[in-house]
Amino acid sequence: MAETLLFNALREAIDEEMGRDETVFVLGEDVGHYGGSYKVTKDLYDKYGELRVLDTPIAENSFTGMAVGAAMTGLRPIIEGMNMGFLLLAFNQIANNAGMLRYTSGGNFKIPMVIRGPGGVGRQLGAEHSQRLEAYFQAVPGLKIVACSTPYNAKGLLKSAIRDNNPVLFFEHVLLYNLKEDLPNHEYLVPLDKAEIVRSGKDVTILTYSRMRHHVTQAVKGLEKNGFDPEVIDLISLKPIDFETIGVSIRKTHRVIIVEECMKTGGIGAEIVASINDRFFDELDAPVVRLSSQDIPTPYNGKLESLTIVQPKQIEAAVEAMVGLKV
Amino acid sequence: MVQERTLPQFQASPAQLSSEAGLTLYEDMILGRFFEDKCAEMYYRGKMFGFVHLYNGQEAVSTGVIKSLRADDYVCSTYRDHVHALSAGVPAQNVMAELFGKETGCSRGRGGSMHLFSQEHNLLGGFAFIGEGIPVALGAAFQSRYRKDALGDASADQVTACFFGDGTTNNGQFFECLNMAALWKLPILFVVENNKWAIGMAHERATSQPEIYKKASVFGMPGVEVDGMDVMAVRSVAQEAVARARAGEGPTLLECLTYRFRGHSLADPDELRSKAEKEEWLARDPIKRFEAYLLEHNLADEGTLKAIRDRIQTHIDDALTFAEGSPEPKPDDLYKYIFADD
Ligand SMILES: Cc1ncc(C[n+]2csc(CCOP(=O)(O)OP(=O)(O)O)c2C)c(N)n1
Ligand SMILES: [Mg+2]
Repeated sequence: MAETLLFNALREAIDEEMGRDETVFVLGEDVGHYGGSYKVTKDLYDKYGELRVLDTPIAENSFTGMAVGAAMTGLRPIIEGMNMGFLLLAFNQIANNAGMLRYTSGGNFKIPMVIRGPGGVGRQLGAEHSQRLEAYFQAVPGLKIVACSTPYNAKGLLKSAIRDNNPVLFFEHVLLYNLKEDLPNHEYLVPLDKAEIVRSGKDVTILTYSRMRHHVTQAVKGLEKNGFDPEVIDLISLKPIDFETIGVSIRKTHRVIIVEECMKTGGIGAEIVASINDRFFDELDAPVVRLSSQDIPTPYNGKLESLTIVQPKQIEAAVEAMVGLKV
Repeated sequence: MVQERTLPQFQASPAQLSSEAGLTLYEDMILGRFFEDKCAEMYYRGKMFGFVHLYNGQEAVSTGVIKSLRADDYVCSTYRDHVHALSAGVPAQNVMAELFGKETGCSRGRGGSMHLFSQEHNLLGGFAFIGEGIPVALGAAFQSRYRKDALGDASADQVTACFFGDGTTNNGQFFECLNMAALWKLPILFVVENNKWAIGMAHERATSQPEIYKKASVFGMPGVEVDGMDVMAVRSVAQEAVARARAGEGPTLLECLTYRFRGHSLADPDELRSKAEKEEWLARDPIKRFEAYLLEHNLADEGTLKAIRDRIQTHIDDALTFAEGSPEPKPDDLYKYIFADD
């Protein structure tokens, strides 16, 4: 076991996969000489050279389209979004080209590519650098969307994403890069489409992902003290959602709280509530509760910012309200 | 009316062209023209749907460029893609079947007129949005260079030809990709088909510098202006650009001055272009012009040319029969091709 920071876990994943498959390459802004804005590609330029760790001009739509063309012709690009928010400029290439082209071409081409980088609300970065694009992209057919949350799953998921023959949007979180965890010395993969049961419990199912997993974990400490026994599921895959794991949990707890960092309107949770209604309505003892970020541009001011995203105390309160006070 | 640009003169020497090569070019242009005429007929008879953009008048560009490529080179097109696909070797019956939405179409009926693809023929699309094909083509060109220089595969000298219109050169992706192609010396030809119009927007009203080929210079890239109604001229500049790209000397911007003989799409009433302008360009019909060239230089006689036209007409009729008789995609396959299976 080796204690590893999350950004280094990602780096190891990329390094291992580039070593294993010479068609894998990284491209993006400042990925080469600079080593990536969060150091995920540090030193890889020296190891693999300028074509395999390609510093691009600041041209998100064009270098994303270029990666699609490279993927169509047999390479396996990994795009680093310096900040995932910048990929709004590449929305067309991600939606029309990466997501839909395989279908539109009647299966002529496959597009094995990973688009990864930091997303989420950081510390007072302002609205434009605090985006949760997973919600915007979830409606695009042909994309897989994954959010990592620990060094262990970050490494295993990224390796799986690189090996997948489809376009994968891979969300990291600006505030999680320095998480530490002991990682196995042997190689491992984590499947892209499986949710992770973080804590088994019987009172309520809490569905969450990315940084909010850690807010939930914090809330759970308080809840445990007060005698609650929540089940916590990290969704991992935001598209497709692992309703198998969710279903098993709902049949046990009959209650669901969703804790997400995206905004409420059109969010990941909105989609999950609709699908739970479709699939498990009869299992529910209470309406599903959504704790989401406020529907506003993330404010710069620290107090306002913390009011914008869900805090552990709110999660505790929601569980207590749903399950009933225990003595 | 804006003053017409003087078309650059090109003196083709007959020695540059064998009779056989001449007939190949001729046949390809006829194929493009007759195919599009059949599409118009089918569309107006209510048998073909969607937005259909025909290529009549521009044939010398597709033929002149794509017939200068090797079979393993790449072609990337726009929504005006039927003829590029044909020149690239996609069988007419599979293109026609695609336009009929059939399972035998080159995109299995899922793409339609604006989304023709063929992995077998290295046809990368078929892109319905302005400019989005340019970065994709750039990716294919990057891939060639990557195989050659990062993976040490000396045989990876494939060239990519990327087609788009005058209107598209005002889009950022054009400039971004010219920059990257020149920066990384990628083996790509940016082929601008300047037909003077972007739907109803006259080129001069949309751009500060109408001479598009000059835009290459700021990227340190060769930019060439060519009479796009002259297949010999297009072929000549394309061959040079292909040789340069294949030798690792980087990209070229080709501006082909051309004209579309029909409206923007079959749904376009085409009311803005003046009669005088249309007539002036119709008189430059690239097919008639090349016919005259072949006859004048004894590269073919009228009988041979007529035989080609007859053969192609039959070929198109067969393609139509094939398309009409082909099955539609199965409803059960609605979800097929969203993800790679493996
Ligand atoms: C992103 C985008 N915006 C607008 C359109 C609508 N549109 C289709 S063709 C066209 C004009 C393009 O003109 P040009 O590039 O000169 O090509 P041409 O049609 O003349 O071949 C426009 C505006 C589009 N397809 N995509
Ligand atoms: Mg035009």
